[in-house]
Amino acid sequence: MIKVRKLAKVYKFHGHPVPAVNGVDFDVAAGEIVGFLGPNGAGKTTTLRMLATLLRPTSGEAVVAGCDLLSDPAGVRRRIGYVGQGSGAGTEQRVVEELTMHARLYGLSAAGARTRVEELLGEFELADAATRQAGSLSGGQRRRLDIVMGVVHQPDLVLLDEPSTGLDPHSRGNLWEHIAKLRAQHGTTVFLTTHYLDEADKLCDRILVTDHGTIVADGSADELKARVAGDLVALETADPVATAEICGRLTDSKDVTVDGAGVSFRVPRGNKVLPGLLRELDQAGVAVTSVQSHRPTLDDVFLTLTGRSLRDSTAG
Amino acid sequence: MRFLREIRLVYVRSLRPPLRSPASVIVGMAMPLVYLVLFGPLLQATTGGTGRDSWRWFVPGMLVQLTLFSTAYAGFSLLPELRSGVMERLRVSPVSRTALLLGRVLKDVTLLLVQAGLFIGLAVVMGFRASVGGVLLCLLLVALTGIAVGVTSYTLAMKLKFEFALAPVLSAVVVPLMLLSGVLLPMKLGPKWLYDLSRANPLSHVVDAARALTVGSFENRSVLVGSAVAVCLVLLCTFWGARSFAREQA
Repeated sequence: MIKVRKLAKVYKFHGHPVPAVNGVDFDVAAGEIVGFLGPNGAGKTTTLRMLATLLRPTSGEAVVAGCDLLSDPAGVRRRIGYVGQGSGAGTEQRVVEELTMHARLYGLSAAGARTRVEELLGEFELADAATRQAGSLSGGQRRRLDIVMGVVHQPDLVLLDEPSTGLDPHSRGNLWEHIAKLRAQHGTTVFLTTHYLDEADKLCDRILVTDHGTIVADGSADELKARVAGDLVALETADPVATAEICGRLTDSKDVTVDGAGVSFRVPRGNKVLPGLLRELDQAGVAVTSVQSHRPTLDDVFLTLTGRSLRDSTAG
Repeated sequence: MRFLREIRLVYVRSLRPPLRSPASVIVGMAMPLVYLVLFGPLLQATTGGTGRDSWRWFVPGMLVQLTLFSTAYAGFSLLPELRSGVMERLRVSPVSRTALLLGRVLKDVTLLLVQAGLFIGLAVVMGFRASVGGVLLCLLLVALTGIAVGVTSYTLAMKLKFEFALAPVLSAVVVPLMLLSGVLLPMKLGPKWLYDLSRANPLSHVVDAARALTVGSFENRSVLVGSAVAVCLVLLCTFWGARSFAREQA
């Protein structure tokens, strides 16, 4: 559905070249939900906007929904849906009128547009807001409205730019359900950008981790997490030094750290290692007060790949 | 044809907000109305001609002034949609960029014609009399000029992107254009350099044509000149506008 080769965008700022996207390569198969994960400034939005024909690439090529991006942008526009970061509905336009007009721009007849819009308003829980002005909708409703505008013409591919940024937790969860349904019920391919770990984790089949305009990793959430040197095991014991020594002797354990009464380390399959570890500590006479095992998070993945925490990068 | 359909869709969409708050349309007429009511009568006294001739001289000029003030600021309505993501959404759709521009301008010209109608009505109350044919042709000329000015306004808005950049450019251009078009007093009254300057202003030719039409002398040379100027303006400005709207794809 998407084939990208060496796509790049370099801006000229007062004569200095500023690379926003440094030659990315990736594929998205039909029916996949793929996410571009990275901190602000990683080039995610720029890449997405190039694929949506809003920006002209400086170099490279791409085939989107079967059309060549550079030679047939009009063809791309007919076949994709795009939901940008801003709100696409005019604040003074009535929801149903704005949607119907948008549907008709894609070639639907007046009657066809009306039926389709009614159907979508119901599906996306916006039927109550149909006759209100778009500006009076809540944040969650506006985002759903944006997605409806993106799919009104039943595209095979939908591009979403940071779909849930700015929404409260309930609205976010609700939005994810609707996005997942797009693929589940209609087979729509979804390509989204996000800087939220939980969004990428929950929604995406595959994640492209980006940093400074390049893709640093490509895989499912589980595959990426498996790249990190294992689960994080944290213990609190009466004898941290002895504990640390025992943990260090375990096969494949890494990064043993002592912090007060706490000892933490990384080991693959922490859940399988723990029972044996606890028995050993018991035999050595070490009293264990608490134990935790965490599967790696995408933040750990990002840290491993780039040396920086995604949380810190996003906060900056 | 798809292009015409798209223009119609954009046009209808653009008309909805002003139709919902018609007050803003009336307010947009304020400037020429003020001149009509407060300056018009003074003109009667100064020119010394018969009342009918003075109004026939004054009202067409005022219609052009109305056109200028009404459509020159049309671009402002684009800025919120540019900022919010509406224009982005429209640009990703298959709609022609030129249709996005022309649909909007047609909305402004429609409102302009409504305002012009009201204006002429009020002028008639104040003593304006002219042939219906002349006035209708005048309105056609005014509509063409409105398209040219409106397109320019939207193009500037597209390029400048912010109110603080657009407002000074428009203000710096609109008032001199008005003063140099002879709408208030005949440019011939002033020194030669001022008169020559006014000849370089396309709007002064439109005003001359409008005046000739109102008086009924359709075969007057100014009608030809003014109409040609209006048509050229429309073509040039629309060409520039369509290119800019398409190019903002970067």
